Formats: sequence, C-alpha cells, structure tokens
Amino acid sequence: MSTVDPTVATNPRRAPGRWQRFWRSRLVRSFRRSKTALIGAVIFLLLTLSALFAPLIAVTDPYDLATLDLFNSHLPPIWEEYGTAPFLLGTDSQGGDMLSLMLYGMRSSLTVAFLAVATSSILGTALGLIAGYFGRRVDGVIMRIADIQFTFPAILLALLIGGISQSLLSNSARAELAMPIVVLALGLSHWPHFARLVRGAVLVEKNKDYVAAAKLAGRGPWTIMRRQLLPNVLNPIFVLATLDIAFAVMGEATLSFLGFGLPPTEPSLGTLIRTGYNYLYSGEWWLIVFPALWLVLLVVSINLVGDWLRDALNPKLHQGS
Amino acid sequence: MLSILVQRSLHAVLVILVVSVLAFLLTSLVGDPVASILGIQATPEDRAILAERLRLDEPWIVRYLSFLGGAIQGEFGISYSAQRPVGDLLLERIPATMELAFSALILSLAIGIPLGVFAAVYRDSWVSSALMVGSIVGVSLPTFVVGILLIFLFSVHLGWLPSFGRGETVDIGWWSTGLLTWSGLKALIMPALSLAISQVALIARLVRAEMLEVLQTDYVRFARARGLAPRKINLSHALRNTLIPIITVSGIQLGFLVAFAIVAEAVFQWPGLGLLFLQALGNTDLPVIAAFLMLAAFFFSAINIIVDMLYAVADPRLRVKVALGST
Repeated sequence: MSTVDPTVATNPRRAPGRWQRFWRSRLVRSFRRSKTALIGAVIFLLLTLSALFAPLIAVTDPYDLATLDLFNSHLPPIWEEYGTAPFLLGTDSQGGDMLSLMLYGMRSSLTVAFLAVATSSILGTALGLIAGYFGRRVDGVIMRIADIQFTFPAILLALLIGGISQSLLSNSARAELAMPIVVLALGLSHWPHFARLVRGAVLVEKNKDYVAAAKLAGRGPWTIMRRQLLPNVLNPIFVLATLDIAFAVMGEATLSFLGFGLPPTEPSLGTLIRTGYNYLYSGEWWLIVFPALWLVLLVVSINLVGDWLRDALNPKLHQGS
Repeated sequence: MLSILVQRSLHAVLVILVVSVLAFLLTSLVGDPVASILGIQATPEDRAILAERLRLDEPWIVRYLSFLGGAIQGEFGISYSAQRPVGDLLLERIPATMELAFSALILSLAIGIPLGVFAAVYRDSWVSSALMVGSIVGVSLPTFVVGILLIFLFSVHLGWLPSFGRGETVDIGWWSTGLLTWSGLKALIMPALSLAISQVALIARLVRAEMLEVLQTDYVRFARARGLAPRKINLSHALRNTLIPIITVSGIQLGFLVAFAIVAEAVFQWPGLGLLFLQALGNTDLPVIAAFLMLAAFFFSAINIIVDMLYAVADPRLRVKVALGST
C-alpha cells in the first residue's frame, strides 16, 4: 500500500477505476489478443442469449401444443423445395419449427449443464476445503472416496448413476425426476476434480500467516474456511467450472441420446438428436443434422474460451513474459 | 517399484470391494428378485423354493459373501431377461468391445502422432495453428454425434458402409473376431472412427506439447550442431523421447475408449458389452447390471495399475513421489 501507483502519479486527474484495472489486467489483455477465444466467447454469448430469449424468437413453442399445426409437419428447410416461411430450418413430425425446438432444447441443455456444474463445484469445493483444512482422518476418507471415483472415467460414472437410477424408477416417476437425476449424475461424477484442486490449494494457503492470524483472532474453522481460504482458491475453481460446462453439455446430450437423460417430451439438444436418429433413413435430414451441428457449435465455443483460459492462467507459460 | 505395485493393488482391492457392496445392494435390496424371475403368477411354493435357492432367507452378510465369492469366480446368477447365466453373456460380448476399443486406439495413435509431430516441427506455419484449432473442435465432438453423422454420410447417402452390427465373425476358440472377414472389417470402420476422433485430438495435442519440449533440450541442439539431417533428428531423437509419455497415456485412452464404446455401441448396434449393459438398464435386469459394475471395477483398476507402473518405469522421478504417497 505504500508504493505509489505510477498511473496515478502521471495522471493526477483520476485513479484508474475498478473497470479500467480489469480491462488492463494481464488476463483481459491476453483475451483481447486471442482471436479464437474472442470468437468462442462471442458465439457462446449469442447462443446463450438466444436460448434465454427463446420465447421471444421462437415461432412455435414445444411446451404449448396450441402453437403446433400438423399441417406444417415434415417441412424441409426454407431453401429446399416445399420449404415454407417462417420455418427457416424445417419442421418435425408434429409441425414444430426446428429452430424453435433447438433454441428451447439448448435452454434445457444449458440449464442442466449449469446446475450440474454448480452441484459438482459446490460439493467438490466444500469437501476439498474440509479435507485440506482438517487433514488426517477426514482428509483420508474424503480423498479416498475421490480416488475411488477417479478410477472410472467421469462419463461412465454419469451413465451408471443416471442409467441405474432411471432403470429403478417407474415410468411416471422417471419423467418427473429426469432433470434432477441428470443434474445429479453429471454433478456427482465430477466433484472429485474440484475437491482435488481445492484441497491442493488449501494445503498451500493454510500455512500462511493470514490464516494463523485469523486463528489467533479466535475464528472458528468454518469461518476461516469461508472467509479466509475460499476467496483465495476461487480462481482455479472458476477455470475448472468453465471447462466443466463443456463436459456437462456433452454429458447431458449423451445421456439423453441413450435414453437416460431428459424425456422426449422435454426438448434438449440430446433428445432432439435422439428423435432425429429415428428419422435417419426417412430423408428428413434436417431433423438430425441441425441439432447435431448446433450441439457441436455450443461445445466448441465453450472449449475455445476454456482452452484460452487454461493457457492464460497457467503460470508455466508466463515465465519471462 | 514393488511398493508402488502393492500400494496400487491395495487401492484396486478397495475399489472392487466398494463396487461389490454397491452391486450387491442393487441386486438384493432393490426390487423383488423372486418376482423378477418367476413373474407375478408364480405359486407360493415355487416362490419359496426359489427364495431358498437364492438364499434369500439368510442374513445379508452371508449373502454378500456368497455374492462376492460368486463374482470372483465369474458367477453372477441368471439374467432376468435372457434366462441364461450372466457370466456367459458377458464373456460372449467381451471380444466385440475389445476389438472396437483397440481398433479405435490404434487408429487414434496412427492419426494423432503424425499430426502432433507435424504441428511441432512446423510450429509457426498456418497448418500448425489450424491443427490446434481443429483439435479443439475434435475434443468437442461427442462420440454419438460423430457416429450419426458418419452413418448419415457413408450409409444413408453413399451406401458404402453398413450402419449397424458387426458383420460376419469367425470363432477362434471362445473369441469371436470380426477382423478376419471383409464384412467384419467394413462394419468396424465407422464405430472405430467415431470413437477415435476425440482421442486423435488429444493425442495430437500431447505429442505436439511433448515434442516442442524435447526439441528445446540440449541433446537435440547438439544433434543439430553435429549437422545431422533435420528429419533424422525429428524422428529418431525427438519422437522417440516423446513416445514414452504417449505409451502411458495410451493406457488411460484405452479406459476412455472402453467407456465411450458404450455410446458407440448404442449408435451402431454393435453387439458388445456396452449394448448389453444398456439393454439391461432398459429391462432393469439387475444381475447383468451388477456383473457389469464388477467387470468395470476390475477392468479400470487393472488399467490404472498398468498405467501407474508404466509411469514409474518411464520416469524414475515418480518412483520416489509415489512411494512418499503424494499423487
């Protein structure tokens, strides 16, 4: 605090604000330099906004049968023969507009993905904090469970959790609980990644002076974890969470495609592809090709940002720069 | 070396025990096995006889131990839907899944390594940066999407390749292989390719990163100073050192390929373990599900042990770390 900020000294009129400091930070500068990250972020933002405002953009509403007209079913995209406005990308067997279906589908896909990442990051962070701070027995038990989960690929665990719990339910309960089950399947399969990351960071942080000071000040372990340790391990959690959204989107689509995710009545990118798969030989290619490409576009855009973020926050790459 | 093996084996035993408890809970506590096998119209006598045969009246710890004992010998009871021993069902399906996963592994190495080497050697060319962006797209392609798009192109449009099944198979002992017939090979191409694509991207990135590191080392510089041909330096000096981590990563890749094989098998109706498992989930065929869990625990534990051993062999520095218990 005793050193004078050079920008303040040369520019006495005003100190750089919070926003300006953010804009000039190394992270943001490297983001502005990276063309691929910028493209990815723009695409992701557009896709998310279009999903958010789906009810305003969509021509038909898959949740409202009154907006569907069987007269408009099986229409090809607008540039083909028999293509009809306003159904830009064609319609399905119910007369639902493909573009609208995909927007609503992406809505549920993204909702599931965000909830799943919230589950895995909160659970993993909490357990990682506890394991790292208390150590010994607690640490041993938590990390042993994490190790057992690490034995299996995450997608296999998600499939096992989702598939087995769906298979044990009755048909009516299945449709009702589909969303929470997918969220839990994806969330529970990924928490060890967060726990391992947070535990490692806590092991480094907990021996620092500010933690000792907080202890001397009489703060309890839970307060120290929340107020001292958590803010200092947030950065890597954020990176992992970003990368994890791509995993969760793909996971939801895969589970739904296999029939253990969202039910067909709930359009998601996975269920749309599953439906389209049945029309593979019918010549109605738009039912499958568009949702498939849409899903890939969404995952690519997240991974473009995630890939940059991983490099930008990797201290190894900044040596000498 | 031995201490790593012992430590990892203990971990594997723990994993298998935990999974066996879960699998046992699944088969014994969920649902009514007697009703699942006999149907609802069975007489009380029949039910009693079967209950005794299944040892349902004994305490759960005895039943768990007999479940575990059976599992070790490969006996998991009778499949509800197929009415055949589960062990036999699994054994029949193993060759299909293994041939698929190994073909995909070989394919991903055969495409990924040259791409990675190329991207490292010509790291400033546009081809290299295009490859890097391409690899991000590659890891973003879900297996089932690649599979469906391949079917769409090569089966529906061009009619070149079959969209489902394994083609003709030849039995060699108990192993039925599709690698020896023309139709079997044709059927293998698309499933293997759809599995391999995302792994190609990962391998290419890894090879590039390792190769860039090795190309900076002193002995590569000395080789250059000695005036050796760049081709020889790249291939015999640099690539050979890059291959050590690739071999160990291949083990992890194989695990992922087997896991994703479930998805590819569903898309292509490939008669392997994954398809069997998915059908069992659809029918709530609990003995098959339990057996699959046990097999997965065993398989992935074995893969992890092999990978850890390979790491230790390849990098002596790790031997100390692992022995100290930090991971």
